[in-house]
Amino acid sequence: MSTLEVLPQEVTNPVEPFLRTERIPHIWCPGCGIGTTVNSFARALLETRMDLDKVVVVSGIGCTGRVAGYVELDSFHTTHGRAIPFATGLKLANPSLTVVVYSGDGDLSAIGGNHLIHAARRNIDIKVICVNNFIYAMTGGQSGPTTPLTATTSTSPYGAYEPSFNLPQLADAAGAVYVARWTAFHVRQMTRSMSEVLKKKGFCFIETLSPCPTLYERRNKLGEGLDTMRHYKEKSKVRNGAPTSEVALGMRDDIIVGKFVDRERPDYSELLHHQMITQLGDKYVEAPACSCG
Amino acid sequence: MKNPTRQLQHADPAGVLTGTHFLDGDHACCEGALAAGARFAAGYPITPSTEVVERFALRIPKVGGTFIQMEDELAASITLLGAVWGGAKAFTVTSGPGFSLMMEHIGYAAMTETPCVFVNVQRGGPSTGLPTLPAQGDMMQARWGSHGDYEMIALCPNSPQECFDLTIHAFNLSERFRTPVMFMMDECVGHMTEKVVIPPADQIGIYPRRHAVRPPGEHLNFEPDEDLVPAMAHAGEGYRFHVTGLTHDERGYPAMNPETQDRLVRRLVNKIRMAAEELVQVEEEGIEGADVVVVSYGITSRVAQKAIELAREKGLKVGKLRLLTVWPFPAAKIRALARGIRAFVVPELNMGQIVNEVERAAGGAARTYGVPHAGGTVHRPEAILNVIEEAAR
Ligand SMILES: Cc1ncc(C[n+]2csc(CCOP(=O)(O)OP(=O)(O)O)c2C)c(N)n1
Ligand code: SF4
Ligand SMILES: [Mg+2]
Repeated sequence: MSTLEVLPQEVTNPVEPFLRTERIPHIWCPGCGIGTTVNSFARALLETRMDLDKVVVVSGIGCTGRVAGYVELDSFHTTHGRAIPFATGLKLANPSLTVVVYSGDGDLSAIGGNHLIHAARRNIDIKVICVNNFIYAMTGGQSGPTTPLTATTSTSPYGAYEPSFNLPQLADAAGAVYVARWTAFHVRQMTRSMSEVLKKKGFCFIETLSPCPTLYERRNKLGEGLDTMRHYKEKSKVRNGAPTSEVALGMRDDIIVGKFVDRERPDYSELLHHQMITQLGDKYVEAPACSCG
Repeated sequence: MKNPTRQLQHADPAGVLTGTHFLDGDHACCEGALAAGARFAAGYPITPSTEVVERFALRIPKVGGTFIQMEDELAASITLLGAVWGGAKAFTVTSGPGFSLMMEHIGYAAMTETPCVFVNVQRGGPSTGLPTLPAQGDMMQARWGSHGDYEMIALCPNSPQECFDLTIHAFNLSERFRTPVMFMMDECVGHMTEKVVIPPADQIGIYPRRHAVRPPGEHLNFEPDEDLVPAMAHAGEGYRFHVTGLTHDERGYPAMNPETQDRLVRRLVNKIRMAAEELVQVEEEGIEGADVVVVSYGITSRVAQKAIELAREKGLKVGKLRLLTVWPFPAAKIRALARGIRAFVVPELNMGQIVNEVERAAGGAARTYGVPHAGGTVHRPEAILNVIEEAAR
């Protein structure tokens, strides 16, 4: 067991013990929202008193994908879009792990969209934190499946015209047992949601809207990181339990935030065990915790 | 297989179906994986390889382990890597188009030094090609298909018995070198049924995972032993390590500079190159005094055998060299042979892949003749015989 129950006195930032401080300074820009979400995540780990040796972060590729590199946990920076199937293998091979997928909107819903819906359908016991900055940031701010209509990006120089995904609705429809959306402004609520999913069994999905002042806000003349925070504050409406079909995002519309879904459904392993016991009885050998000698 | 650092262990009897069976190559491969200790497979159906995971799905709930059918081969080929870092021995199985989709994760496995096995039951290509018919057109893809520089280990069985034996060997090599191993079958070998003898578990040698021996704080997941291969800790053991496909240092932390790149890529390549002699497995027969040596692998070696017999009946001095290891390529063997013979003949079910390696290794000391075939069926022995006759002149 390795939890941090009491904070060392000299630590001013309570989140520091969760970070690979030797890897700081990080690569994120000033005003970027990703670090804010990591703060919330670290606080959630602290609040839930998780055994940190058993919490694993799996990221894809992108600015958000770099989260795996900064947390002082077992962590995997995988390939673009494939954090969820990697996490699936990890969780099934060692069910004692708490597996958190931390990645960007493009990574999880474009190139990795297929894995997102199938992991939700199977109800794999992993927790997905999706940082939505409305673009592919790492590669220079191209448009993606979450880019709001009319937004200017480097590959939609005349404004985006493709309809975008409503991610909570997608996760809900595919079968996630927990779906929430917050913004980088809603630090406390985000922390609470993260704490809840760390303790909840099944496929959980948290979308967190996050400023990318460097590439999204600037290009769309939306100001600096602080202006985005003000925008989040002014435009957000908390509607816990809102039907996810009603929470689609627009360029400057109201932002519906809250915990939309929190339900129970047997997860993949429970379903598997149930089926095998029904069919095979005492011939069924439960997968042992893996060990290769 | 020499084992420079670790004692081989006995196989876990739970996975070993000791006895004499009639199995096709696909099923024998599955039994080999189970005997090797594979307790995790992720797959996506594709002819002619699906039987491997179908059998695994049937067997594994009674052995103790996991099979998951993923949504595509991109998923399957990284789910298994997650399972390995969770502590499992794992593999995936595919053919043709699926192998193409797996390329990114073969590179990721090489870069992150994740021991695992990719089985490819080759069928006719390019593209959808001939789903139910044989070819050996993926030999270069197995070697070079993922981007960037790395060394590859690839084995080619030519019978169901070898599908069993060499699958175990493939797992052992993957653990020994902490690297992905390509198991390159073909439709004929996959679907042919023959006698397969599965020995008792205590007669099967298993190379155990090179697990971290030092405690957390003192162990680095990418710090090599003397043979350039590092030991690994699994997730959840308290090591708090990082793994990335980015160029990384011994701790596994990204380091974006040419020095680290050089150190890492050289080591990834050299850990296998350095051991080529230990790794390379060939079968030779009638090489002494031969004028012509037929170099073949997989199903084609069985047709080549017939052609060699026909040539010998005609009084030609023909030797046989069968490659069980295709990658790393047995270049030293070819080079040595080239000095004493007139020519190599290289039949293969592709338009000329391994023949170029033979020619390169021969370095002009002996002539090299290919016997290309686009696949869909095996060669006619006469087609190979004709080239042997031409090469002997
Ligand atoms: C297979 C593949 N295609 C493309 C890329 C290039 N790429 C790197 S990050 C990225 C987009 C990341 O966007 P997102 O997931 O939204 O993360 P963000 O950077 O916005 O946090 C792309 C396209 C890649 N690394 N791999
Ligand atoms: S480019 Fe955008 S998302 Fe990436 S670090 Fe900078 S602000 Fe953050
Ligand atoms: Mg993004």
